[in-house]
Amino acid sequence: MTCVIDAADLRFRYPDGREALRGVNLAVDHGERVAVLGPNGAGKTTFVYHLNGLLRGQGRLEVAGLEVEDGTVRELRPRVGLVFQDPDDQLFMPTVREDVAFGPLNMGERPSAVEARVDETLRMVRMEHAAERPPHQLSMGERRRVAIATVLAMRPQLLVLDEPTANLDPRARRELLEVLTTIERTMLVVTHDLPFAAQLCERAVILSQGRIAADGACTAVLADGDLLAAHDLELPAGFDPRLVTAAAA
Amino acid sequence: MSGLCNHALHGTGLAGSPASPVHRLDPRAKVVGFLGLTLVAVTTPLDGWPVFVACAFVLAAVAATARIGPRTIWRRVRFVLPLVLFVALFLPFVRGGDQIDLGPVSLSAAGLAAFAAVSAKALLGTTSAVLLGATTTFPATLRALESLRVPRLLVLIAGFVYRYLHVVVDEVHRMRAALTARGYQPRTALGAAAIGRVATALFLRTHARGERVYLAMLSRGYRGSVPALDTLRFGATDVVFVAAVAVSLLPLRLLLAVP
Repeated sequence: MTCVIDAADLRFRYPDGREALRGVNLAVDHGERVAVLGPNGAGKTTFVYHLNGLLRGQGRLEVAGLEVEDGTVRELRPRVGLVFQDPDDQLFMPTVREDVAFGPLNMGERPSAVEARVDETLRMVRMEHAAERPPHQLSMGERRRVAIATVLAMRPQLLVLDEPTANLDPRARRELLEVLTTIERTMLVVTHDLPFAAQLCERAVILSQGRIAADGACTAVLADGDLLAAHDLELPAGFDPRLVTAAAA
Repeated sequence: MSGLCNHALHGTGLAGSPASPVHRLDPRAKVVGFLGLTLVAVTTPLDGWPVFVACAFVLAAVAATARIGPRTIWRRVRFVLPLVLFVALFLPFVRGGDQIDLGPVSLSAAGLAAFAAVSAKALLGTTSAVLLGATTTFPATLRALESLRVPRLLVLIAGFVYRYLHVVVDEVHRMRAALTARGYQPRTALGAAAIGRVATALFLRTHARGERVYLAMLSRGYRGSVPALDTLRFGATDVVFVAAVAVSLLPLRLLLAVP
């Protein structure tokens, strides 16, 4: 079986000339949970936008069994569940139910089947009580979990989360972690919340200045203080990644 | 984030008793009923007071069933009504016919009568809309409009306005708090320049958000049209409601149409 993500020498330059990706090489296997760490401006979000063809760079990129190119993006997008950094960008329908149904309906599912799928997906993220509510009435943590449900409803092969813990209070962050550990899916978690990465992912890569600068077991990467410092990453004071066991994938 | 006050949007949303028969009606029944009533009111000739009174009775009965008090209705009506009435305000001055002399100005008697009838129409239409809004959630109304074949694009735009109004209002509040926190207190017209800059920043942020929302839509397979999840059920009570509104108004209205 091929990898879920297979990027070889992926390069991207923004129209203003800024080179965001300078040859990314990354292979992610089925069932892996990989943290993508890196300082602001390292190219993390740019890389994520390549995974479902929102941005197109040079080099080779294969995601969820498809070469990313013009002819494949339609088929590709349901296979890649991309959760945006700000849930207000992701939740654009008047109610939670309609938002979760948006993806499956676009895939051509029958409305009766979609309703069952919406209920099932909301249960997975523990938000089944909020189906009829408008997103603006939910807390940040609830919105985040609904945003995850909106992509899980498409039953993607790969779940990509962009800064999932941004703006969450400690309790919402713990609830999110609990939900994510129960979801059995290949996951790419872009974050600079290093303890969160340590708790959720068994593998970590550091993306720095548009390149993969380190790749290894999450605990090993996080325990290497010099490596982190070289890429503007820091663990919170007193946090020891060796004492954390990542959730079993 | 959402905790930071929604002043501007207070006084919207459901009111009355959410378990009332009116609240539980299929939103399509309510859209058709209230729209029908409004159409009857606005198409009635200016001297058709029996029809206006009948409309008022129907609205009062609906409001009573839904347990929505006159206070709530008035609080909402007064926001819309002045705009609607503004046009009618000039009628007594420009109409011909018998004039009533009031010193420097004179009023036309026919104009006054027209003003009263137009006001009644405006009040009935506005109250209909207010009662629809107080007994039906906005998403349910959108679903009703959609299944009543209002163009999907319009419904989608209305949905976005509803969804992002709250986001934008929150953003405005935060920007205003930021201005106030740094002692902004405009005393001259020049001081208002900061407001212009805030408006520009707000526009740019909203534009950027629009781009991100579009990317999020594309990521979930958007191809130019949004398929609907039809969850509405039109039942016997809904038929009864529409029929009751029609029966109490149409005969009177039709009678008036024959001179």
